[in-house]
Amino acid sequence: MKFLFAILVLGYLPQALATDLTGAGSTFVYPIIAKWADTYKKGNGTSINYQSIGSGGGIKQIEAKTVDFGASDMPLKPEELKKEGLVQFPLVNGGLVAIVNIPGIEDQKMKLTGDILAELFLGKITQWNDPKIVALNPDLKLPKLEISIVHRADGSGTSFIWTNYLSKVSPEWKTKVGEGTAVNWPVGVGGKGNEGVASFVKQTSGSIGYVEYAYALQNKLISTQMKNKAGQMVKPSLESFQAASASAEWAKADQFFLVLTDAPGKTSWPIAGTTFVIMQQNQLKPEQGKEAIKFFTWAYHHGEAQAKELQYVPLPANVVKLVEKAWTQIKF
Amino acid sequence: MQSSEVVASEQVSTFSKSITDVALKRQAILNFGFRTMTWFAMLSVIGILLAILLALGIGAWPAIHTFGIRFFSTSEWNPVTQEFGAVVPIVGTLITSVIAMVIAVPVSFGIAIFLTELSPSILKRPLGTAIELLAAIPSIIYGMWGLFVFAPFFAKNIQPWMNENMGPFFHGPPMGIGVLTAGLILAIMIIPFIAAVMRDVFEVVPPMLKESAYGLGATTWEVLWNIVIPETKTGVIGGIMLGLGRALGETMAVTFVIGNAHHLSRSLTMPGNTISSSLANEFTEAVGELYTSSLIELGLILFLITFVVLAISRLLLLRLRKKEGLQS
Repeated sequence: MKFLFAILVLGYLPQALATDLTGAGSTFVYPIIAKWADTYKKGNGTSINYQSIGSGGGIKQIEAKTVDFGASDMPLKPEELKKEGLVQFPLVNGGLVAIVNIPGIEDQKMKLTGDILAELFLGKITQWNDPKIVALNPDLKLPKLEISIVHRADGSGTSFIWTNYLSKVSPEWKTKVGEGTAVNWPVGVGGKGNEGVASFVKQTSGSIGYVEYAYALQNKLISTQMKNKAGQMVKPSLESFQAASASAEWAKADQFFLVLTDAPGKTSWPIAGTTFVIMQQNQLKPEQGKEAIKFFTWAYHHGEAQAKELQYVPLPANVVKLVEKAWTQIKF
Repeated sequence: MQSSEVVASEQVSTFSKSITDVALKRQAILNFGFRTMTWFAMLSVIGILLAILLALGIGAWPAIHTFGIRFFSTSEWNPVTQEFGAVVPIVGTLITSVIAMVIAVPVSFGIAIFLTELSPSILKRPLGTAIELLAAIPSIIYGMWGLFVFAPFFAKNIQPWMNENMGPFFHGPPMGIGVLTAGLILAIMIIPFIAAVMRDVFEVVPPMLKESAYGLGATTWEVLWNIVIPETKTGVIGGIMLGLGRALGETMAVTFVIGNAHHLSRSLTMPGNTISSSLANEFTEAVGELYTSSLIELGLILFLITFVVLAISRLLLLRLRKKEGLQS
């Protein structure tokens, strides 16, 4: 018995000592944080234990001070941050794509606008050969096929970015549905997670859904082009996400409260989003806080290549400077 | 000689008395210890039950306070405007469970009867093991099978036919998912449970009873209907309730195939929602007090539904027993 206990303690101790930083939140950002953490540990010895429990969970955890940092795909409003004594800053950007399953339609061939997307998800356009879609895609042969809408069933930062975009481009969506990690979807079925949405779309002829770009790429899903704010048709790619990120006016945003959707700029992808890191303004454990800042500094300056490999868009240098300036708010 | 005998016998008796005293004391302590332990075990169950109810009650209070009885009458579920009503998940939970029971009870009945009365004895063992194995499969496996194998098959081969021939209650886009699919998957999941319990209770029917009936010239059917089932109805109902309890609370498998839409629909092939799947989907990302507390209230409702189901089954059993008392 004693022996068993000793083994348990021995097995646990090194791990307990080595876990220096804890974070929780967004599932979207988990792959890149995990990869960074792995590399960072090899170089600096500090390990990061990040739990992808969802953005909402991450916000709750950092408010309860149980973790060193939280991560959320939805920025908190400046007044909320003030109330809870928190600071937030952007970590990486990424993009969402609409994925479709229509017989004969190939990847990145179909063209859509925000307006049409909103009408699709409101249930107002119900056939793929609707004149509005046909007018945008004169060179495609669109069948007379009923449209099935697929959305996320679980609350998710992905849904927040999606509904935020639809709210920006469609006044009707804004008043009828609004934006949030979970909303009252007017039509369609809900899939659990990216994989749930992707499998429904794959299985159902005539369906349209939305997933993160990296997920669509890895699973060879059929994505569409989108018309951006400048009126240009753009294809989803790291370049167009980067353009959206660069065109955003971070300097003007109070506490980085900015959502990248419907960004200006000729080559900007319209449905891009950001994952934000949230930290306590008054650090109870200064050592931990400093260590976290060190990790993020390293990630901004040395983690770019890895981020791109995983289809995340690193922050442009000028935004990193803004973030580093914002860190002076944190008191150790 | 005599006196020495008396002394000896006295010595023996005091000696044996002291032994019994010690043993008795030890046993008294053991008894006391054991009794306290069982009491403690019993109290811990009640304690945990009350603590859960209390925690759910406190967690749900903001929602109960805000929505009151309206929570049970609106089907609106809108996190953006913070308007919540439980009609869709409650109805979804009940309908999927009813579909599951309608399919699972007769099938399990057939399985149990075949295994105990009709099966050749070589087949009994492997078939019984197969059913127990089915009961041991984790629910997420059923969910994945439902989503990746059953739903596409259902959508391609059965739903188009249903859309044309079965009227408005089975009409919907052929996606293969929805309330009906969830009910079917649930049925498959609970069949092994109900069948295993039924088989066990059928097996303990005293052979003498059955043999006497056969001896009087009863057919297999008559033995089943007049001897086996009346003898075992308590156990049979218990098994059915076990299955129903599992169907009401099942989360993962249902979440995969029900479509997770907060809409009431006339058709069974349209997506819907259950209490447990709403909780599984939305709890992690629920932002704001009212949203979280509405979800907790849903949990409380599920708790109460399960409680009511158990209570009804108890009442049913009590009434059955009373009737038996009258007959004999």
